[in-house]
Amino acid sequence: MPETIADDSVGIVETRIKHFAEALLLECGQTLPEYDIAYETYGELNADASNAILICHALSGDQHAAGYNSMDDRKPGWWESAIGPGKPIDTRHFFVVSINNLGGCKGTTGPNTINPQTGKYWGPDFPIVTVKDWVKSQHRFMQALDISHWCAVIGGSLGGMQVLQWTIDFPDLIKHAIVIAAAPKLSAQNIAFNEVARQSIMSDPDFCEGHYLEKNTAPRRGLMLARMLGHITYLSDDAMRDKFGRELREGKLNFGFDVDFQVESYLRYQGSSFVDRFDANTYLLMTKVLDYFDPAQDYDDNLALALKQTAARFLVIAFTSDWRFSPERSQEIVKALLEAEKEVSYIEVESSQGHDAFLIPIPHYMNVFASHMKNIISELS
Amino acid sequence: MSQLKNNLPVHEGEGLRADLSIIADWIRPDSKVLDLGCGDGTLLAYLRDQRKVLGYGLEISPFNIEDCVEKNINVIQADLNDGLKAFFSDNRFDYVIMSQTLQATQQPDLLIEEMLRVGDEGIVTFPNMAHWSARLQLGLKGIMPVTKNLPNQWFNTPNVHLCTLNDFEVLCKKHNIEILQRTVVDHSHRRGNWLMNMFPNLLGEIAIYRFRRNLSL
Repeated sequence: MPETIADDSVGIVETRIKHFAEALLLECGQTLPEYDIAYETYGELNADASNAILICHALSGDQHAAGYNSMDDRKPGWWESAIGPGKPIDTRHFFVVSINNLGGCKGTTGPNTINPQTGKYWGPDFPIVTVKDWVKSQHRFMQALDISHWCAVIGGSLGGMQVLQWTIDFPDLIKHAIVIAAAPKLSAQNIAFNEVARQSIMSDPDFCEGHYLEKNTAPRRGLMLARMLGHITYLSDDAMRDKFGRELREGKLNFGFDVDFQVESYLRYQGSSFVDRFDANTYLLMTKVLDYFDPAQDYDDNLALALKQTAARFLVIAFTSDWRFSPERSQEIVKALLEAEKEVSYIEVESSQGHDAFLIPIPHYMNVFASHMKNIISELS
Repeated sequence: MSQLKNNLPVHEGEGLRADLSIIADWIRPDSKVLDLGCGDGTLLAYLRDQRKVLGYGLEISPFNIEDCVEKNINVIQADLNDGLKAFFSDNRFDYVIMSQTLQATQQPDLLIEEMLRVGDEGIVTFPNMAHWSARLQLGLKGIMPVTKNLPNQWFNTPNVHLCTLNDFEVLCKKHNIEILQRTVVDHSHRRGNWLMNMFPNLLGEIAIYRFRRNLSL
Protein backbone atom coordinates (compact mmCIF):
# COMPACT_ATOMS: atom_id res chain seq x y z
CA MET A 1 0.00 0.00 0.00
CA PRO A 2 1.43 3.42 -0.86
CA GLU A 3 1.39 5.53 2.28
CA THR A 4 1.64 8.65 0.19
CA ILE A 5 1.57 9.04 -3.55
CA ALA A 6 4.62 10.68 -5.11
CA ASP A 7 4.17 14.06 -6.79
CA ASP A 8 5.34 12.66 -10.10
CA SER A 9 2.73 9.90 -10.11
CA VAL A 10 -0.59 10.17 -11.92
CA GLY A 11 -2.10 9.18 -8.54
CA ILE A 12 -5.35 7.25 -8.20
CA VAL A 13 -6.66 6.12 -11.56
CA GLU A 14 -9.70 4.19 -12.64
CA THR A 15 -9.95 1.35 -15.13
CA ARG A 16 -12.95 1.82 -17.40
CA ILE A 17 -14.62 -0.49 -19.89
CA LYS A 18 -15.72 0.47 -23.39
CA HIS A 19 -18.15 -1.80 -25.22
CA PHE A 20 -17.90 -2.31 -28.96
CA ALA A 21 -21.08 -3.65 -30.54
CA GLU A 22 -19.70 -3.82 -34.06
CA ALA A 23 -18.20 -7.20 -35.06
CA LEU A 24 -14.45 -7.44 -35.55
CA LEU A 25 -13.10 -9.71 -38.28
CA LEU A 26 -9.87 -11.29 -37.10
CA GLU A 27 -6.86 -12.37 -39.13
CA CYS A 28 -7.59 -16.04 -38.36
CA GLY A 29 -10.91 -15.71 -40.21
CA GLN A 30 -13.13 -15.78 -37.14
CA THR A 31 -15.26 -12.85 -36.07
CA LEU A 32 -15.72 -11.39 -32.61
CA PRO A 33 -19.38 -10.34 -32.69
CA GLU A 34 -18.93 -7.79 -29.89
CA TYR A 35 -16.30 -7.10 -27.27
CA ASP A 36 -15.23 -4.98 -24.33
CA ILE A 37 -11.94 -3.12 -23.97
CA ALA A 38 -10.62 -2.24 -20.51
CA TYR A 39 -8.60 0.96 -20.49
CA GLU A 40 -7.10 3.76 -18.45
CA THR A 41 -6.23 7.30 -19.44
CA TYR A 42 -3.89 9.80 -17.84
CA GLY A 43 -3.68 13.54 -18.50
CA GLU A 44 -6.12 15.67 -20.50
CA LEU A 45 -6.93 15.62 -24.19
CA ASN A 46 -6.24 19.10 -25.59
CA ALA A 47 -8.73 21.17 -27.59
CA ASP A 48 -7.75 19.91 -31.03
CA ALA A 49 -7.10 16.35 -29.80
CA SER A 50 -3.50 16.48 -30.98
CA ASN A 51 -1.74 15.31 -27.81
CA ALA A 52 -2.91 11.68 -27.54
CA ILE A 53 -0.40 8.90 -26.96
CA LEU A 54 -1.14 5.18 -27.12
CA ILE A 55 0.80 2.90 -24.78
CA CYS A 56 1.04 -0.72 -25.93
CA HIS A 57 1.62 -3.39 -23.31
CA ALA A 58 3.83 -6.46 -23.41
CA LEU A 59 3.08 -10.14 -22.76
CA SER A 60 1.94 -9.96 -19.15
CA GLY A 61 1.04 -6.27 -19.08
CA ASP A 62 -2.39 -4.67 -19.05
CA GLN A 63 -4.20 -1.32 -19.12
CA HIS A 64 -2.89 -0.32 -15.69
CA ALA A 65 0.33 1.36 -16.82
CA ALA A 66 0.64 4.10 -14.20
CA GLY A 67 -0.68 5.26 -10.86
CA TYR A 68 -2.70 3.26 -8.35
CA ASN A 69 -6.21 1.86 -8.67
CA SER A 70 -6.68 2.27 -4.92
CA MET A 71 -4.72 3.18 -1.82
CA ASP A 72 -4.63 -0.55 -1.07
CA ASP A 73 -2.49 -1.29 -4.14
CA ARG A 74 0.87 -2.71 -3.21
CA LYS A 75 2.51 -1.51 -6.44
CA PRO A 76 1.83 1.17 -9.05
CA GLY A 77 1.15 0.45 -12.75
CA TRP A 78 3.79 -1.39 -14.79
CA TRP A 79 5.34 1.71 -16.40
CA GLU A 80 5.23 4.10 -13.46
CA SER A 81 8.91 4.85 -14.20
CA ALA A 82 8.07 6.58 -17.49
CA ILE A 83 4.51 7.93 -17.20
CA GLY A 84 3.50 10.82 -14.95
CA PRO A 85 3.84 14.57 -14.44
CA GLY A 86 7.47 15.52 -15.17
CA LYS A 87 8.36 12.04 -16.42
CA PRO A 88 9.33 11.27 -20.03
CA ILE A 89 5.69 10.61 -20.99
CA ASP A 90 4.63 13.80 -19.26
CA THR A 91 0.95 13.74 -18.35
CA ARG A 92 0.95 17.54 -17.95
CA HIS A 93 1.29 17.71 -21.75
CA PHE A 94 0.04 14.41 -23.13
CA PHE A 95 -3.23 12.52 -23.00
CA VAL A 96 -2.09 8.96 -22.44
CA VAL A 97 -4.29 6.01 -23.41
CA SER A 98 -3.49 2.50 -22.21
CA ILE A 99 -5.71 -0.44 -23.12
CA ASN A 100 -5.79 -4.13 -22.27
CA ASN A 101 -5.51 -5.96 -25.57
CA LEU A 102 -8.06 -8.44 -26.87
CA GLY A 103 -7.50 -11.84 -25.31
CA GLY A 104 -6.21 -10.19 -22.14
CA CYS A 105 -7.49 -11.07 -18.70
CA LYS A 106 -7.98 -7.71 -16.99
CA GLY A 107 -11.46 -6.77 -18.11
CA THR A 108 -11.06 -6.86 -21.88
CA THR A 109 -12.89 -9.64 -23.71
CA GLY A 110 -10.69 -12.71 -23.53
CA PRO A 111 -10.59 -16.36 -22.46
CA ASN A 112 -11.66 -15.53 -18.88
CA THR A 113 -14.80 -13.64 -19.96
CA ILE A 114 -18.19 -15.04 -20.95
CA ASN A 115 -18.89 -15.77 -24.60
CA PRO A 116 -22.35 -14.20 -25.09
CA GLN A 117 -23.22 -16.81 -27.70
CA THR A 118 -22.74 -19.79 -25.37
CA GLY A 119 -23.14 -18.22 -21.96
CA LYS A 120 -19.92 -19.96 -20.90
CA TYR A 121 -16.33 -18.85 -20.49
CA TRP A 122 -14.53 -18.41 -23.80
CA GLY A 123 -11.66 -20.47 -22.39
CA PRO A 124 -9.67 -22.25 -25.10
CA ASP A 125 -12.27 -21.31 -27.74
CA PHE A 126 -11.24 -17.67 -27.75
CA PRO A 127 -9.88 -17.09 -31.25
CA ILE A 128 -6.15 -16.70 -31.75
CA VAL A 129 -5.57 -12.98 -32.20
CA THR A 130 -2.56 -11.28 -33.77
CA VAL A 131 -0.70 -7.99 -33.44
CA LYS A 132 -2.57 -6.83 -36.56
CA ASP A 133 -5.91 -7.59 -34.88
CA TRP A 134 -4.82 -5.65 -31.83
CA VAL A 135 -3.83 -2.65 -33.91
CA LYS A 136 -7.17 -2.82 -35.70
CA SER A 137 -9.02 -2.83 -32.38
CA GLN A 138 -6.79 -0.03 -31.04
CA HIS A 139 -7.65 2.01 -34.13
CA ARG A 140 -11.35 1.52 -33.45
CA PHE A 141 -10.72 2.51 -29.89
CA MET A 142 -8.99 5.70 -31.04
CA GLN A 143 -12.03 6.59 -33.17
CA ALA A 144 -14.36 5.88 -30.26
CA LEU A 145 -12.48 8.50 -28.23
CA ASP A 146 -12.81 11.01 -31.13
CA ILE A 147 -9.07 11.14 -31.58
CA SER A 148 -7.94 11.71 -35.18
CA HIS A 149 -4.36 10.52 -34.75
CA TRP A 150 -1.76 9.56 -32.14
CA CYS A 151 1.09 12.02 -31.67
CA ALA A 152 3.03 8.94 -30.54
CA VAL A 153 2.54 5.22 -30.11
CA ILE A 154 4.96 3.77 -27.57
CA GLY A 155 5.69 0.25 -26.38
CA GLY A 156 8.34 -2.15 -25.14
CA SER A 157 8.87 -5.78 -26.13
CA LEU A 158 5.58 -7.13 -27.56
CA GLY A 159 4.36 -3.54 -27.13
CA GLY A 160 7.10 -2.34 -29.49
CA MET A 161 5.87 -4.83 -32.07
CA GLN A 162 2.42 -3.22 -31.94
CA VAL A 163 4.08 0.15 -32.52
CA LEU A 164 5.77 -1.20 -35.67
CA GLN A 165 2.47 -2.62 -36.90
CA TRP A 166 0.76 0.73 -36.31
CA THR A 167 3.26 2.53 -38.54
CA ILE A 168 2.61 0.01 -41.31
CA ASP A 169 -1.18 -0.36 -41.04
CA PHE A 170 -2.10 3.27 -40.31
CA PRO A 171 0.87 5.32 -41.53
CA ASP A 172 -1.04 8.61 -41.54
CA LEU A 173 -2.43 8.25 -38.04
CA ILE A 174 0.82 8.07 -36.07
CA LYS A 175 3.42 10.83 -35.96
CA HIS A 176 6.05 9.28 -33.73
CA ALA A 177 6.86 5.63 -33.13
CA ILE A 178 8.90 4.60 -30.10
CA VAL A 179 9.95 0.96 -30.28
CA ILE A 180 11.73 -0.29 -27.16
CA ALA A 181 13.47 -3.66 -26.59
CA ALA A 182 11.61 -5.24 -29.47
CA ALA A 183 12.34 -7.39 -32.52
CA PRO A 184 11.00 -7.48 -36.08
CA LYS A 185 9.96 -11.11 -35.50
CA LEU A 186 10.77 -13.93 -33.12
CA SER A 187 13.83 -16.14 -33.55
CA ALA A 188 13.61 -19.94 -33.35
CA GLN A 189 15.06 -19.66 -29.84
CA ASN A 190 12.34 -17.17 -28.80
CA ILE A 191 9.65 -19.50 -30.16
CA ALA A 192 11.27 -22.44 -28.39
CA PHE A 193 11.01 -20.70 -25.02
CA ASN A 194 7.37 -19.89 -25.73
CA GLU A 195 6.69 -23.52 -26.63
CA VAL A 196 8.16 -24.76 -23.35
CA ALA A 197 5.96 -22.24 -21.52
CA ARG A 198 2.89 -23.48 -23.37
CA GLN A 199 3.70 -27.13 -22.81
CA SER A 200 4.15 -26.57 -19.10
CA ILE A 201 0.67 -24.98 -18.91
CA MET A 202 -1.04 -27.53 -21.14
CA SER A 203 0.51 -30.55 -19.45
CA ASP A 204 -0.76 -29.47 -16.03
CA PRO A 205 -3.56 -31.93 -15.09
CA ASP A 206 -5.66 -28.96 -13.92
CA PHE A 207 -5.54 -27.42 -17.40
CA CYS A 208 -8.62 -29.50 -18.38
CA GLU A 209 -7.95 -28.73 -22.05
CA GLY A 210 -8.41 -25.09 -21.29
CA HIS A 211 -11.84 -25.45 -19.59
CA TYR A 212 -10.44 -25.08 -16.08
CA LEU A 213 -12.58 -22.04 -15.16
CA GLU A 214 -15.79 -24.04 -15.65
CA LYS A 215 -14.35 -26.65 -13.31
CA ASN A 216 -13.41 -23.96 -10.83
CA THR A 217 -9.72 -24.73 -10.97
CA ALA A 218 -6.60 -23.46 -12.74
CA PRO A 219 -3.33 -24.93 -14.04
CA ARG A 220 -1.39 -23.17 -11.32
CA ARG A 221 1.75 -25.31 -11.46
CA GLY A 222 1.96 -25.05 -15.24
CA LEU A 223 1.47 -21.29 -15.31
CA MET A 224 3.96 -20.88 -12.50
CA LEU A 225 6.56 -22.86 -14.46
CA ALA A 226 5.87 -20.79 -17.56
CA ARG A 227 6.40 -17.59 -15.60
CA MET A 228 9.58 -18.89 -13.97
CA LEU A 229 10.97 -19.71 -17.39
CA GLY A 230 9.94 -16.29 -18.64
CA HIS A 231 11.69 -14.58 -15.75
CA ILE A 232 14.96 -16.32 -16.56
CA THR A 233 14.79 -14.89 -20.07
CA TYR A 234 13.93 -11.39 -18.82
CA LEU A 235 17.03 -11.14 -16.62
CA SER A 236 20.63 -11.25 -17.71
CA ASP A 237 23.29 -13.56 -16.32
CA ASP A 238 24.90 -10.50 -14.72
CA ALA A 239 21.65 -9.25 -13.24
CA MET A 240 21.02 -12.65 -11.65
CA ARG A 241 24.56 -12.76 -10.31
CA ASP A 242 24.23 -9.27 -8.85
CA LYS A 243 20.82 -9.97 -7.39
CA PHE A 244 21.33 -13.47 -6.01
CA GLY A 245 24.83 -14.77 -6.66
CA ARG A 246 24.88 -18.24 -5.13
CA GLU A 247 23.49 -16.95 -1.89
CA LEU A 248 21.83 -19.63 0.21
CA ARG A 249 18.43 -18.94 1.67
CA GLU A 250 19.10 -20.63 4.98
CA GLY A 251 22.86 -20.15 4.97
CA LYS A 252 23.53 -23.87 4.38
CA LEU A 253 22.88 -26.59 1.84
CA ASN A 254 19.90 -28.78 2.67
CA PHE A 255 20.84 -31.77 0.52
CA GLY A 256 17.31 -32.00 -0.78
CA PHE A 257 15.19 -30.73 -3.65
CA ASP A 258 13.60 -27.85 -1.82
CA VAL A 259 14.88 -24.30 -2.10
CA ASP A 260 18.61 -23.96 -1.34
CA PHE A 261 19.54 -20.86 -3.31
CA GLN A 262 17.93 -17.43 -3.22
CA VAL A 263 17.40 -17.49 -6.97
CA GLU A 264 15.14 -20.53 -6.57
CA SER A 265 13.13 -18.77 -3.93
CA TYR A 266 12.83 -15.68 -6.15
CA LEU A 267 11.61 -17.67 -9.13
CA ARG A 268 9.09 -19.59 -7.05
CA TYR A 269 7.79 -16.35 -5.58
CA GLN A 270 7.51 -14.70 -9.02
CA GLY A 271 5.79 -17.78 -10.41
CA SER A 272 3.31 -18.24 -7.60
CA SER A 273 2.35 -14.57 -7.32
CA PHE A 274 1.77 -14.48 -11.07
CA VAL A 275 -0.82 -17.29 -11.04
CA ASP A 276 -3.02 -15.25 -8.73
CA ARG A 277 -3.23 -12.39 -11.19
CA PHE A 278 -3.03 -13.95 -14.64
CA ASP A 279 -5.10 -16.32 -16.75
CA ALA A 280 -3.34 -19.35 -18.26
CA ASN A 281 -5.30 -19.25 -21.53
CA THR A 282 -4.35 -15.59 -21.95
CA TYR A 283 -0.71 -16.54 -21.42
CA LEU A 284 -0.98 -19.19 -24.13
CA LEU A 285 -2.62 -16.68 -26.44
CA MET A 286 -0.02 -13.95 -25.82
CA THR A 287 2.85 -16.31 -26.62
CA LYS A 288 1.14 -17.17 -29.92
CA VAL A 289 0.70 -13.48 -30.72
CA LEU A 290 4.45 -13.13 -30.28
CA ASP A 291 5.26 -16.20 -32.38
CA TYR A 292 3.04 -15.08 -35.27
CA PHE A 293 4.32 -11.51 -35.44
CA ASP A 294 6.15 -10.96 -38.71
CA PRO A 295 5.19 -7.72 -40.48
CA ALA A 296 7.61 -8.41 -43.35
CA GLN A 297 5.72 -11.59 -44.27
CA ASP A 298 3.28 -9.75 -46.52
CA TYR A 299 6.17 -7.95 -48.23
CA ASP A 300 8.36 -10.77 -49.59
CA ASP A 301 10.01 -11.05 -46.18
CA ASN A 302 11.53 -7.65 -46.81
CA LEU A 303 11.18 -5.48 -43.71
CA ALA A 304 12.41 -2.36 -45.52
CA LEU A 305 9.63 -2.84 -48.06
CA ALA A 306 7.09 -3.29 -45.25
CA LEU A 307 8.24 -0.02 -43.70
CA LYS A 308 8.37 1.88 -47.01
CA GLN A 309 4.86 3.27 -46.59
CA THR A 310 5.36 4.43 -43.00
CA ALA A 311 5.35 8.15 -42.26
CA ALA A 312 6.20 8.22 -38.56
CA ARG A 313 9.49 9.34 -37.11
CA PHE A 314 11.10 6.48 -35.21
CA LEU A 315 13.04 6.15 -31.99
CA VAL A 316 14.36 2.62 -31.47
CA ILE A 317 15.87 1.74 -28.09
CA ALA A 318 17.74 -1.45 -27.13
CA PHE A 319 19.60 -2.59 -24.03
CA THR A 320 23.07 -4.15 -24.12
CA SER A 321 22.29 -6.99 -21.69
CA ASP A 322 18.93 -7.92 -23.23
CA TRP A 323 19.31 -11.39 -24.71
CA ARG A 324 15.60 -12.06 -25.22
CA PHE A 325 15.43 -9.28 -27.84
CA SER A 326 19.06 -8.31 -28.17
CA PRO A 327 20.34 -5.01 -29.65
CA GLU A 328 21.05 -6.88 -32.90
CA ARG A 329 17.29 -7.46 -33.27
CA SER A 330 16.60 -3.74 -32.85
CA GLN A 331 19.40 -3.00 -35.32
CA GLU A 332 17.53 -5.09 -37.91
CA ILE A 333 14.60 -2.70 -37.51
CA VAL A 334 16.88 0.34 -37.75
CA LYS A 335 18.68 -1.00 -40.83
CA ALA A 336 15.35 -1.60 -42.57
CA LEU A 337 14.18 1.92 -41.67
CA LEU A 338 17.40 3.43 -43.03
CA GLU A 339 17.00 1.39 -46.17
CA ALA A 340 13.45 2.75 -46.50
CA GLU A 341 14.84 6.29 -45.99
CA LYS A 342 12.86 6.90 -42.81
CA GLU A 343 13.77 9.27 -40.02
CA VAL A 344 15.11 7.18 -37.16
CA SER A 345 17.29 7.41 -34.09
CA TYR A 346 18.73 4.35 -32.41
CA ILE A 347 19.85 4.30 -28.80
CA GLU A 348 21.73 1.37 -27.31
CA VAL A 349 21.56 1.73 -23.55
CA GLU A 350 24.33 0.21 -21.43
CA SER A 351 22.52 -1.88 -18.84
CA SER A 352 22.93 -5.03 -16.80
CA GLN A 353 19.26 -5.78 -16.19
CA GLY A 354 18.45 -7.80 -19.29
CA HIS A 355 15.11 -7.48 -21.08
CA ASP A 356 13.53 -6.00 -17.94
CA ALA A 357 15.74 -2.92 -18.39
CA PHE A 358 13.02 -1.25 -20.47
CA LEU A 359 10.95 -0.81 -17.30
CA ILE A 360 13.84 0.54 -15.23
CA PRO A 361 14.62 4.29 -15.08
CA ILE A 362 18.25 4.06 -16.28
CA PRO A 363 19.52 7.69 -16.49
CA HIS A 364 20.78 7.67 -20.12
CA TYR A 365 17.56 5.94 -21.24
CA MET A 366 15.34 8.38 -19.36
CA ASN A 367 17.33 11.44 -20.54
CA VAL A 368 17.04 10.47 -24.18
CA PHE A 369 13.40 9.46 -23.78
CA ALA A 370 12.55 12.76 -22.03
CA SER A 371 14.41 14.90 -24.61
CA HIS A 372 12.68 13.13 -27.45
CA MET A 373 9.26 13.57 -25.84
CA LYS A 374 9.99 17.28 -25.29
CA ASN A 375 10.60 17.65 -29.01
CA ILE A 376 7.21 16.04 -29.59
CA ILE A 377 5.60 18.48 -27.14
CA SER A 378 7.10 21.38 -29.11
CA GLU A 379 5.35 20.08 -32.24
CA LEU A 380 1.93 20.12 -30.56
CA SER A 381 -0.34 22.89 -31.70
CA MET B 1 37.00 9.25 -30.01
CA SER B 2 34.22 11.77 -30.04
CA GLN B 3 35.45 13.38 -26.85
CA LEU B 4 38.32 14.70 -28.90
CA LYS B 5 36.05 16.96 -30.81
CA ASN B 6 34.88 18.57 -27.60
CA ASN B 7 38.36 19.99 -27.19
CA LEU B 8 37.75 22.14 -30.22
CA PRO B 9 35.67 25.31 -30.22
CA VAL B 10 32.38 24.45 -31.89
CA HIS B 11 31.47 27.99 -32.76
CA GLU B 12 33.57 30.73 -34.20
CA GLY B 13 31.87 33.90 -33.03
CA GLU B 14 28.19 33.57 -33.73
CA GLY B 15 28.50 31.25 -36.72
CA LEU B 16 29.40 27.64 -37.31
CA ARG B 17 33.00 26.54 -36.65
CA ALA B 18 34.91 27.30 -39.86
CA ASP B 19 35.82 23.73 -40.80
CA LEU B 20 32.17 22.75 -40.36
CA SER B 21 31.05 25.77 -42.32
CA ILE B 22 33.42 24.81 -45.16
CA ILE B 23 31.92 21.31 -45.14
CA ALA B 24 28.42 22.81 -45.15
CA ASP B 25 29.33 24.90 -48.19
CA TRP B 26 30.36 21.77 -50.07
CA ILE B 27 27.04 20.04 -49.52
CA ARG B 28 24.22 20.27 -52.03
CA PRO B 29 20.81 21.22 -50.61
CA ASP B 30 18.28 18.38 -50.26
CA SER B 31 20.97 15.71 -50.23
CA LYS B 32 21.33 12.70 -47.92
CA VAL B 33 24.16 12.93 -45.42
CA LEU B 34 25.75 10.58 -42.89
CA ASP B 35 28.01 12.16 -40.26
CA LEU B 36 30.36 9.63 -38.63
CA GLY B 37 31.30 10.62 -35.09
CA CYS B 38 28.76 13.44 -35.25
CA GLY B 39 29.52 14.72 -31.72
CA ASP B 40 26.76 16.89 -30.32
CA GLY B 41 25.06 17.11 -33.72
CA THR B 42 25.91 20.77 -34.48
CA LEU B 43 26.76 20.16 -38.14
CA LEU B 44 23.72 17.98 -38.80
CA ALA B 45 21.37 20.46 -37.15
CA TYR B 46 22.89 23.21 -39.31
CA LEU B 47 22.61 21.12 -42.49
CA ARG B 48 18.99 20.28 -41.68
CA ASP B 49 18.06 23.93 -41.04
CA GLN B 50 20.16 25.59 -43.76
CA ARG B 51 20.51 22.94 -46.49
CA LYS B 52 17.35 20.88 -45.92
CA VAL B 53 19.38 17.67 -45.96
CA LEU B 54 18.09 14.35 -44.68
CA GLY B 55 20.88 13.68 -42.18
CA TYR B 56 21.89 10.91 -39.82
CA GLY B 57 24.68 10.88 -37.27
CA LEU B 58 26.68 8.00 -35.86
CA GLU B 59 27.97 8.55 -32.35
CA ILE B 60 29.07 6.46 -29.40
CA SER B 61 29.24 8.82 -26.42
CA PRO B 62 26.00 8.78 -24.40
CA PHE B 63 26.46 12.47 -23.55
CA ASN B 64 26.77 13.47 -27.18
CA ILE B 65 23.82 11.22 -28.05
CA GLU B 66 21.69 13.09 -25.53
CA ASP B 67 22.71 16.42 -27.12
CA CYS B 68 21.83 15.06 -30.57
CA VAL B 69 18.40 13.90 -29.43
CA GLU B 70 17.84 17.29 -27.84
CA LYS B 71 18.67 18.94 -31.19
CA ASN B 72 16.10 16.65 -32.77
CA ILE B 73 18.49 15.13 -35.28
CA ASN B 74 18.56 11.48 -36.32
CA VAL B 75 21.36 9.73 -34.47
CA ILE B 76 22.48 6.12 -34.35
CA GLN B 77 24.36 5.01 -31.24
CA ALA B 78 27.13 2.75 -32.50
CA ASP B 79 30.90 2.25 -32.54
CA LEU B 80 32.56 3.33 -35.78
CA ASN B 81 35.21 0.69 -35.30
CA ASP B 82 32.58 -2.03 -35.59
CA GLY B 83 32.04 -0.84 -39.12
CA LEU B 84 28.93 0.41 -40.80
CA LYS B 85 27.65 -2.98 -41.92
CA ALA B 86 25.15 -3.46 -39.10
CA PHE B 87 23.18 -0.45 -40.28
CA PHE B 88 23.96 0.62 -43.81
CA SER B 89 23.67 -1.13 -47.15
CA ASP B 90 25.50 0.20 -50.24
CA ASN B 91 25.02 3.64 -51.79
CA ARG B 92 22.61 5.10 -49.25
CA PHE B 93 24.04 8.62 -49.01
CA ASP B 94 25.22 11.49 -51.16
CA TYR B 95 27.86 12.43 -48.59
CA VAL B 96 29.54 10.61 -45.72
CA ILE B 97 31.33 13.04 -43.39
CA MET B 98 33.95 12.33 -40.75
CA SER B 99 35.21 15.49 -39.06
CA GLN B 100 38.13 15.31 -36.62
CA THR B 101 37.55 11.60 -36.10
CA LEU B 102 39.60 9.72 -38.72
CA GLN B 103 42.80 9.86 -36.69
CA ALA B 104 41.11 8.24 -33.70
CA THR B 105 39.71 5.23 -35.52
CA GLN B 106 41.28 1.78 -35.44
CA GLN B 107 41.54 1.26 -39.20
CA PRO B 108 41.19 4.55 -41.09
CA ASP B 109 41.88 2.96 -44.48
CA LEU B 110 39.03 0.46 -44.09
CA LEU B 111 36.72 3.16 -42.77
CA ILE B 112 37.40 5.35 -45.80
CA GLU B 113 36.50 2.37 -47.97
CA GLU B 114 33.30 1.94 -45.95
CA MET B 115 32.49 5.64 -46.42
CA LEU B 116 32.61 5.18 -50.17
CA ARG B 117 30.62 1.95 -49.98
CA VAL B 118 27.64 3.60 -48.27
CA GLY B 119 27.98 7.03 -49.92
CA ASP B 120 28.91 8.68 -53.24
CA GLU B 121 31.34 11.14 -51.74
CA GLY B 122 33.39 11.30 -48.56
CA ILE B 123 34.39 14.40 -46.61
CA VAL B 124 37.05 14.16 -43.89
CA THR B 125 38.83 16.65 -41.70
CA PHE B 126 41.90 15.82 -39.61
CA PRO B 127 44.78 17.58 -37.83
CA ASN B 128 47.87 17.85 -40.03
CA MET B 129 50.93 16.32 -38.37
CA ALA B 130 53.24 18.06 -40.83
CA HIS B 131 52.28 21.55 -39.66
CA TRP B 132 55.42 23.58 -38.89
CA SER B 133 54.74 23.69 -35.13
CA ALA B 134 54.54 19.90 -34.99
CA ARG B 135 57.68 19.63 -37.12
CA LEU B 136 59.51 21.97 -34.76
CA GLN B 137 58.58 20.01 -31.66
CA LEU B 138 59.63 16.70 -33.14
CA GLY B 139 62.54 17.98 -35.22
CA LEU B 140 64.19 20.37 -32.78
CA LYS B 141 62.92 19.44 -29.33
CA GLY B 142 62.70 15.74 -30.11
CA ILE B 143 59.29 15.37 -28.46
CA MET B 144 55.93 14.17 -29.74
CA PRO B 145 53.99 17.24 -30.83
CA VAL B 146 51.33 18.68 -28.52
CA THR B 147 49.30 21.43 -30.17
CA LYS B 148 45.95 23.16 -29.77
CA ASN B 149 44.44 20.61 -32.13
CA LEU B 150 46.33 17.71 -30.55
CA PRO B 151 46.22 18.59 -26.86
CA ASN B 152 46.94 15.08 -25.53
CA GLN B 153 50.25 13.55 -24.56
CA TRP B 154 51.54 10.51 -26.48
CA PHE B 155 50.43 8.16 -23.68
CA ASN B 156 46.86 9.30 -23.36
CA THR B 157 45.96 10.42 -26.85
CA PRO B 158 42.93 8.90 -28.57
CA ASN B 159 44.62 9.82 -31.85
CA VAL B 160 46.30 6.57 -32.74
CA HIS B 161 46.48 7.16 -36.51
CA LEU B 162 47.81 10.64 -37.10
CA CYS B 163 48.84 11.61 -40.61
CA THR B 164 49.81 14.50 -42.85
CA LEU B 165 48.23 15.88 -45.99
CA ASN B 166 50.82 14.04 -48.06
CA ASP B 167 50.16 10.77 -46.24
CA PHE B 168 46.44 11.09 -46.84
CA GLU B 169 46.90 11.81 -50.51
CA VAL B 170 49.17 8.77 -50.93
CA LEU B 171 46.53 6.61 -49.30
CA CYS B 172 43.86 7.98 -51.63
CA LYS B 173 46.00 7.22 -54.66
CA LYS B 174 46.63 3.68 -53.45
CA HIS B 175 42.91 3.12 -52.89
CA ASN B 176 41.96 4.59 -56.24
CA ILE B 177 40.21 7.54 -54.63
CA GLU B 178 39.86 10.81 -56.48
CA ILE B 179 40.26 13.99 -54.42
CA LEU B 180 37.61 16.50 -55.47
CA GLN B 181 38.40 19.38 -53.13
CA ARG B 182 41.02 20.20 -50.52
CA THR B 183 41.37 23.07 -48.13
CA VAL B 184 43.20 23.85 -44.91
CA VAL B 185 42.40 26.00 -41.90
CA ASP B 186 44.42 27.20 -38.92
CA HIS B 187 43.92 26.28 -35.29
CA SER B 188 41.15 28.80 -34.80
CA HIS B 189 39.56 27.30 -37.89
CA ARG B 190 40.07 30.38 -40.01
CA ARG B 191 40.21 29.70 -43.69
CA GLY B 192 43.69 29.68 -45.15
CA ASN B 193 45.33 32.76 -46.69
CA TRP B 194 47.24 32.53 -50.01
CA LEU B 195 50.42 31.45 -48.25
CA MET B 196 48.69 28.65 -46.38
CA ASN B 197 47.11 27.49 -49.59
CA MET B 198 50.47 27.50 -51.36
CA PHE B 199 52.14 25.40 -48.64
CA PRO B 200 49.23 23.51 -47.11
CA ASN B 201 51.27 20.61 -45.70
CA LEU B 202 53.53 23.05 -43.83
CA LEU B 203 51.12 25.80 -42.83
CA GLY B 204 47.72 24.13 -42.65
CA GLU B 205 46.69 22.90 -39.23
CA ILE B 206 43.48 21.16 -40.14
CA ALA B 207 42.97 19.48 -43.50
CA ILE B 208 39.57 19.16 -45.15
CA TYR B 209 39.09 16.83 -48.10
CA ARG B 210 36.18 15.87 -50.34
CA PHE B 211 36.71 12.72 -52.38
CA ARG B 212 35.03 9.92 -54.29
CA ARG B 213 35.84 6.64 -55.94
CA ASN B 214 37.93 7.29 -59.07
CA LEU B 215 35.51 6.35 -61.82
CA SER B 216 37.86 6.90 -64.76
CA LEU B 217 39.85 3.73 -64.13
